[in-house]
Amino acid sequence: MKLDGDFASVDFGEGTIRDGVNVSLVPAQIGNYVLVHAGYAIQIVDDAEARKTLEYWRQILTADPENRASYEQQLIGGLG
Amino acid sequence: MILEGYRDPVLAKKLRGEIERLAKTIGKHVILMHVCGSHEWTITHFGIRTLLPENVEVRAGPGCPVCVTPAADIDMAAELSLEGKTVLTYGDMSRAKGSTVSLSEARAQGGDVRIVYSVHDAVEIARANPKREHVFFAVGFETTAPPTAYEILQQPPPNLTFLTAYRYVPPAVEAVSNSPDLAVRGFINAGHASTVTGMKAYEHCFKMTRKSMVFAGFEPIDVLISIAMLLRQIANNDPKMENEYTRAVTWDGNVRAQAAMDKVFDRVDGYWRGVATIPGSGFQIRSEFAECDTRSRFGLKEASGEEQFVPEARCGEVILGKIEPPECPLYMKACTPATPKGPTMVSAEGTCKIWADHKILASMRCRV
Repeated sequence: MKLDGDFASVDFGEGTIRDGVNVSLVPAQIGNYVLVHAGYAIQIVDDAEARKTLEYWRQILTADPENRASYEQQLIGGLG
Repeated sequence: MILEGYRDPVLAKKLRGEIERLAKTIGKHVILMHVCGSHEWTITHFGIRTLLPENVEVRAGPGCPVCVTPAADIDMAAELSLEGKTVLTYGDMSRAKGSTVSLSEARAQGGDVRIVYSVHDAVEIARANPKREHVFFAVGFETTAPPTAYEILQQPPPNLTFLTAYRYVPPAVEAVSNSPDLAVRGFINAGHASTVTGMKAYEHCFKMTRKSMVFAGFEPIDVLISIAMLLRQIANNDPKMENEYTRAVTWDGNVRAQAAMDKVFDRVDGYWRGVATIPGSGFQIRSEFAECDTRSRFGLKEASGEEQFVPEARCGEVILGKIEPPECPLYMKACTPATPKGPTMVSAEGTCKIWADHKILASMRCRV
């Protein structure tokens, strides 16, 4: 919402706005979602990824059995 | 942000169906474990255990920083406050007993103990009171260690030192997965801690144990997806490190936070109250910042491994996920949120406190 050096005002939703959240540990920019832990932003949260996860699972769980395997392939990341 | 989608009841029902299907394929009893108080809260609050098939069990592992803070460290903080130093700490930490008293009891005896929301508050209070010695009792995991590292690097006022009891989660997960008396098949890894360390911090553990792992967020749908992902791995007999919490966890994690931690702390062995001394799970302030370290400034020794819980209390087994709170003879009898006897009933991240707040009086464990 507002950025001043190491500190930012963060909108927590439901009418709560906190000033003085320390954002020095993340490359935050105005408009980013941040994960705040005890007064410090520890990560930027990726909105597009949040949508993607839901979308994949909605697709997988409503897919025909034959399409399902290809959706699952798309989802699986990480280290095998 | 579309977080409301992570509470979608329609998707929850579908995921439940998927979990049931996978559980049937597996057939055998499966124990999964999470290692974070916030996951326990989500699972208990949204009644996720009641949705699971009979052969799938989710247990709470060591994920509560207040619970695993050694009694000797609490004793040390209490003594410092009674010696006339101002001790600053988080609210939950002030109510956990050491071997005899908690910090709030030390305060009742005349010690100067103050509650802060963040380490930055501690810095400001110390700066505003330059004539008094201040000690920040710094507890938590790799989520709270980076902010303290940041403040130490910013040159805090000379009348503030740090009594650190930080613990590093990845070696603890490895220790629990090697535990012979608890056959955990898969781990729901802590999203917030992993957002700092990245998935890479668990690579060693995965390679050594080949246990399934999913890095998970904290909404109810996150937890259900993670359980489905773990069961899919188990059903396919194909253990992996998978990421459900892609919106916040990456392979490398928060590199800036890691750099701050590495500059300020050395990784040493750490004692987890009620658990064990776990190699590489402690944080010690490096010698170049010795003037910020309460122990070196005042010539105090690192706490040694002695678990002191009240007689009959089974906090240690609750912390390890070996038993559930109602199996402890004190749970909701002598030990309640109003009269906590052990740290697991004190902290908002403690399993006993979470179960008590949700009025759970009987075991939620599947018996087969």
